[in-house]
Amino acid sequence: MDTTVPNLKPIIVIKDLKKSYGENHVLNGFNMVLYEGESLVIMGKSGSGKSVMIKCLIGLEEHDSGSIQVMGKEISELDRDELDDLRTEVGFLFQGSALYDSMTVRENLEFPLRRHTKKFGVIKDTTPLVIQALENVGLAHTINLMPEELSGGMKRRVALARTLILQPKIILYDEPTTGLDPITAKEILLLMKSIQEKYNTSSIIITHDVDCARVISNRMILLVDGKNYIEGTFEELSISTDPKVQAFFK
Amino acid sequence: MNSIFKIIELFKNFLLEIGELSYFAGRFFKEAFKRPSEFKEFLRQCFYMGNRSLLLVAVTGFIIGLVFTLQSRPTLQEFGAVSWMPSMVSISIIREIGPIITALICAGRIGSGIGAELGSMRVTEQIDAMEVSGTNPFKYLVVTRILATTFMLPILVFFGDAIAIFGSYLVENVKGNVSFLLYFNQVFNALEFGDLIPSTIKTFFFGFAIGLVGCFKGYYCKKGTAGVGLAANSAVVFTSMLLFIIDFIAVFVTDIFYDL
Repeated sequence: MDTTVPNLKPIIVIKDLKKSYGENHVLNGFNMVLYEGESLVIMGKSGSGKSVMIKCLIGLEEHDSGSIQVMGKEISELDRDELDDLRTEVGFLFQGSALYDSMTVRENLEFPLRRHTKKFGVIKDTTPLVIQALENVGLAHTINLMPEELSGGMKRRVALARTLILQPKIILYDEPTTGLDPITAKEILLLMKSIQEKYNTSSIIITHDVDCARVISNRMILLVDGKNYIEGTFEELSISTDPKVQAFFK
Repeated sequence: MNSIFKIIELFKNFLLEIGELSYFAGRFFKEAFKRPSEFKEFLRQCFYMGNRSLLLVAVTGFIIGLVFTLQSRPTLQEFGAVSWMPSMVSISIIREIGPIITALICAGRIGSGIGAELGSMRVTEQIDAMEVSGTNPFKYLVVTRILATTFMLPILVFFGDAIAIFGSYLVENVKGNVSFLLYFNQVFNALEFGDLIPSTIKTFFFGFAIGLVGCFKGYYCKKGTAGVGLAANSAVVFTSMLLFIIDFIAVFVTDIFYDL
């Protein structure tokens, strides 16, 4: 795995991010920079604030203080329309796939396309785009199936296709391999890697799966108690003697 | 002492919930007039809600008409007032029984369905996925459903009332050999706009309450899959209570107008 950062132009900058739920301080001054074309893995134990951080990043949760800049825009200063426009450039793969279970695979993929007329104009025939997105994940034959007819791995791939259909510059992955068997998990990882190479997307991957980090990361951040604990490449972290770091690599 | 604190806490939570529900209703009115209108989804919801409740409303209405007439007949006979049956049945069904029973059925059928559907969408992150894909989930899921229940309930009530009166006619026809024309002639002679309009207006409020509470419980569903069941259940309980409160207020207001 090439661990060098491909381009040093920052695309996401997070400074001193704080978020609390009552007395529970989830994020305590988290800092991060994601560069263009980079795959940044954020690891941490359950409850360390990884998912909250990624939700603050896309505006699903409001942060208490600090700054989040995505493609030069401060998230907290955007109105609803501006945020929606920005979201066309930021894809999000949810941990449980989050496919709309009342819609077919085709309708799931068409849904964001029909809503973002600013980016793509009004598309009369969405079929070619839907088929292309499904071919990218090797599931063109599932176009008319309902989500309940798909396996866990297939759901994850369809969700990835739904994320890709808007051609985002950044993709956020929330535990992309959790709940999958090792073979399917590896398939998903390879798919993520090929997508990154094909479309030159920047990615943030939230995980506690070391194999995932090894395959996909250019750089890693270990999150402990809502703060950056250590940062480096997979190789650097894997030889660290710090017990908190080693706990992940054992 | 402990139980007093518990009661205070319960009352506090109840007031908090009322506050949150009011805020939710306010947000509905704010979003309802914004573009895009989501008209297609509104029509889809109207179809599903109407279609899914039609049979239940029809069967319930028919049985209420039958039972109501069968139960009242002996008493009216005793006073020699059987000829008042069509008027009595139609006024009580149109004014009160039809709207409240249909609304309670719909609270169970539609309200719990909305609560469970939105609740499961919340816990499986489908609502978040919608938000991320640039769709306002409140407008797409909540506004369309509340509007659909608001506009579909009066139609369902009208349908249920008609079936109930028809059920009543069947009993009168079998027991008293009353013709269709005579029965319905008496029904329409007894009814006035003062019976129809207030009861129709209150059904819009009933529909609004069913949609609002179902959406509120589902949209803010917590605690995973257990929360989905809780959302569906509490949607029915809360809506049923609210329906009786609205009914009381409606009758109270109508009474003031009658006095004028």
